[in-house]
Amino acid sequence: MSTMTFGRAINAGLRRAMDDDPKVVLLGEDIGRLGGVFRITDGLQKDFGAHRVLDTPLAEAGIMGTAVGMAYRGYRPVVEIQFDGFIYPAFDQIVSQVAKLHYRTRGAVRMPITIRVPFGGGIGSPEHHSESPEAYFTHTSGLRVVSPSNPQDAYSMIQQAIASDDPVLYFEPKRRYHVKGEVDEAEDLSASDMGAARVVTEGSDVTLVTYGPLVPTARDAAIAASDDGISIEVIDLRSLAPIDFPTVEASVRKTGRLVVTHEAARSGGLGAEIAASITERCFDYLEHAPVRVTGFDIPYPYSKLEFHHLPDLDRILDGVDRVLRRPNSLSGLDMEGPAQ
Amino acid sequence: MTQDGDQRGQEFTGGDDAGSASGLVLPGPSRPGADDPVQLIDPSGVRHPHGHYDSLVADVDGAALQKLYEDMVVVRRIDAEATALQRQGELALWPPLLGQEAAQIGSGRALRSDDFVFSSYRENGVAYCRGVDLADILRVWRGNASSGWDPYTINMATPQVIIGAQTLHATGYAMGIINDGADSVAVTYFGDGATSQGDVNEALVFAASYQAPVVFFCQNNHWAISEPVGLQAHVPIARRAPGFGIPSVRVDGNDVLACLAVTREALARARSGGGPTFIEAVTYRMGPHTTADDPTRYRDPNELEDWVARDPLARLATLLDSLGLLEADYTDAVKARADAVAAELREGCVSMPEPAPSDVFRHVYSAPNSELDRQQDHYERYLASFDQAAQEGRR
Repeated sequence: MSTMTFGRAINAGLRRAMDDDPKVVLLGEDIGRLGGVFRITDGLQKDFGAHRVLDTPLAEAGIMGTAVGMAYRGYRPVVEIQFDGFIYPAFDQIVSQVAKLHYRTRGAVRMPITIRVPFGGGIGSPEHHSESPEAYFTHTSGLRVVSPSNPQDAYSMIQQAIASDDPVLYFEPKRRYHVKGEVDEAEDLSASDMGAARVVTEGSDVTLVTYGPLVPTARDAAIAASDDGISIEVIDLRSLAPIDFPTVEASVRKTGRLVVTHEAARSGGLGAEIAASITERCFDYLEHAPVRVTGFDIPYPYSKLEFHHLPDLDRILDGVDRVLRRPNSLSGLDMEGPAQ
Repeated sequence: MTQDGDQRGQEFTGGDDAGSASGLVLPGPSRPGADDPVQLIDPSGVRHPHGHYDSLVADVDGAALQKLYEDMVVVRRIDAEATALQRQGELALWPPLLGQEAAQIGSGRALRSDDFVFSSYRENGVAYCRGVDLADILRVWRGNASSGWDPYTINMATPQVIIGAQTLHATGYAMGIINDGADSVAVTYFGDGATSQGDVNEALVFAASYQAPVVFFCQNNHWAISEPVGLQAHVPIARRAPGFGIPSVRVDGNDVLACLAVTREALARARSGGGPTFIEAVTYRMGPHTTADDPTRYRDPNELEDWVARDPLARLATLLDSLGLLEADYTDAVKARADAVAAELREGCVSMPEPAPSDVFRHVYSAPNSELDRQQDHYERYLASFDQAAQEGRR
């Protein structure tokens, strides 16, 4: 065990994957000499060479399309998209090629590409640097989508993503890059499954589902709620496509109440998918309609207003109050009208 | 044909004297005739000597010319047979290559088996050169599969429908070749319309950045469905590549020997570490975009007549005839070969097994997927319920 930051854990995972498999290559903007704008690839070009850590021209479609070609040739490309909001030029190559080639060729061509995306807000950045575009990709068949929430998962899941023969979007909660945690670098990777959700905090009154950057916030909410005698079970999805529904189902059958929270906008988001699927599967167990606590249906706002947009501890607790049909625990007031 | 001093004037290597005293670089040709395509056999079937490219096809004797002619006849026949199959309702759609046989056979026959092709959807002639199983060409168009073959069996990716996307795949593949220390080459085919796409331009940037062993083979067939090349390109397309740092050449795309020569040169450059080359093969789509298209709505019939006079097969036939290589026993054998291929194609089409309903779920992922597996399980039980109901006499 060693203590390291979230960002360092990804770096260590990349390093181990590159050590284990000479076919692992990294492509991205500024990832070589600079080590990436977040320093996630720090030192890797120096140690593995410019032929394995490629500073690319500034063209996301080009990066993704050439990664497809390298995968054709038997490589395992790991692409860094510098910021969430920069992924859209690559969207066509991801959706039309990366996601579909295995299906198109009836399994003849594999696309073991990992697409690393620093995502989410809370760092005071200008437009295009704080988005949560995961639902575009969870909606796309042929892709796997994961998001680690802590250094150990970051370390393990980046290696599991790279080892996957299917393409994986790996969403990194950039505002947690500096969070420190214990990492077991000798972990047996085959002993865990990046597709499995994890119960972070056990509870009996409300199931609170989230992933990535809001997992620590949800855990804090569970601690705060316990002071009011409310027992929240927090589930860290880890995998967003596919979603580990059996774990969520088991929890909701126990609690009868579901709150889902994410930074991404609400409409058509993962919260909608989880609420609908759990309602279909657990309808008879539910005591209340599922509640979503999400970002608003707005373009990501300028930084002085971003904490109005981002779900925080109080908004999550408000959602918990509503699913329990309680007045807001801070104001003591009921919200007028239907649940938001 | 241009008669430059060294007869290499057709190759663009970048603007030199195109500028003016103001420093403004104008889009005109750097030398008179520089835009004239490389041509070894003219439309009337006369073979012209060429100071540079003759040496690249010095091994092409009469028998080799006859083989190139046979190839072109066969792919034209494949094209006609597939068009007939579409008219007869056996195919949903077909994209004819009529008129582009020389560009595809000339370049396709220049390749080594360990080179890798990334093409668009009209390169049936190239696929033929790669040794594709004929029925595999039709699977997509019959609606039986999303693509026709295992790319690794013939080292050719299955046809790309997203315009220009494959040029990046070829470039990435070529970057992999560099890392492997191999001397094979990635070759990508695309049309004049594709050169407007960002992907193609980014592919040129990446290919130049990494000096990747990739050949960009643009078939300028003058039409992107209804849009003429002039709408998308104000200067000859080949002239764009030097701006990316990539040498380029314009070739008569209806001259199979010239296409063979320029492709061989580009491949040799790539194999020896010389990086990418851009080839613009000037040809013509004599047919519709696909069998669903109607060119009479947008194309002047006189233009088609002009290009019929430059037909790639006719000019080689004339040349062969002038060499005494077009005797009846040869032409009979070519016809027999084309007939046999057409019969094999038709039989492969009509006898193609139907896909099973559960195939719709196959190969989305290489590993089990809990959500999709659930949907498949539900759908299979749903379908089976009708069989069960029928057995129980409920229907």
